[in-house]
Amino acid sequence: MSSDVHAHADAHGLADDHAGTRSGQLIGFGLSVVLTAIPFLLVMSGSFDKQVTALIIMAFAAVQVVVHMIFFLHMNTKAEGGWSMMALIFTIIMVVIALSGSLWVMHHLTTNMMPVHEMGSTP
Amino acid sequence: MTVAMGTIKAGEPVFYVVDEHEHPEGSSTQLGFWIYLMSDCLIFAILFAVYGVLGGRYAAGPAPKDLFDLSLVAVNTSFLLLSSLTYGFAMLSMQQNRVGAMQAWLVVTGLFGLAFLGIELTEFAHMIHEGATPQRSAFLSSFFTLVGTHGLHVTFGLVWLVTLMVQVKRFGLIEANRRRLVCLSMFWHFLDVIWIGVFTFVYLMGTLR
Repeated sequence: MSSDVHAHADAHGLADDHAGTRSGQLIGFGLSVVLTAIPFLLVMSGSFDKQVTALIIMAFAAVQVVVHMIFFLHMNTKAEGGWSMMALIFTIIMVVIALSGSLWVMHHLTTNMMPVHEMGSTP
Repeated sequence: MTVAMGTIKAGEPVFYVVDEHEHPEGSSTQLGFWIYLMSDCLIFAILFAVYGVLGGRYAAGPAPKDLFDLSLVAVNTSFLLLSSLTYGFAMLSMQQNRVGAMQAWLVVTGLFGLAFLGIELTEFAHMIHEGATPQRSAFLSSFFTLVGTHGLHVTFGLVWLVTLMVQVKRFGLIEANRRRLVCLSMFWHFLDVIWIGVFTFVYLMGTLR
């Protein structure tokens, strides 16, 4: 997979970690195509209930993010002595707090603070 | 790391690191770049949160259903996904030290990126022409901010791509250029990951609303 010329880079897991294999790239691409096409088809055909469709496409997006992380970004628990994964986990926690917190707080704000004459004058 | 305590002068402990540290140039670049990407991820998380809060405030203006053309978004998505694949092939060629093949794959990646940007700008121009400007409603402000920030990232990714192609042409696949290409690869794949969020939460969910 790697050449001897870059033994130095290999010692630090530089060249190896971020190229993967051709089959790995193709598997990742194939999975991504399927995981992208199905949500688009579901929404464009509108064959399911809106609530159900929303849940399905969110699940597909989550799976596709994981597929990209593994097959394209070559994430694993050992890269950089585990610090990449540590940074990723920390970021995921921050993202979940920021997203769910904002949506939760602002949802309650909207329901409680909506002016009486809400039609037409809301920002 | 091992820390030893020497007692050269009685009563005055001296602390020093026993094992010699070796820091070859660029050995920490990848972790550093990954942490940059994670901070970029937080920027996008906040923009997604803003869109999540404001995405339903149309101010009696156009709603996502009136504006988005999903088939165009699907084409756009496939362009970005294909560019991720071709960049992956470029990295494989780099590993095999095939400079010509690598440059060719980078050109293909750049063209897909350009096509993506072209379609996105056409979409924006179309929306603005119809009066759906960022000033129209909170929904449109947050939409243009989120999608525009992603588009700007792709633009700078393209500038970086061209720069690196010139670098490789002039200096060949030296260690520094390999490192830079690996960083751009992470950046490019990361943008594709963000786009998954954009097409799911902005375009598909917006159309469902």
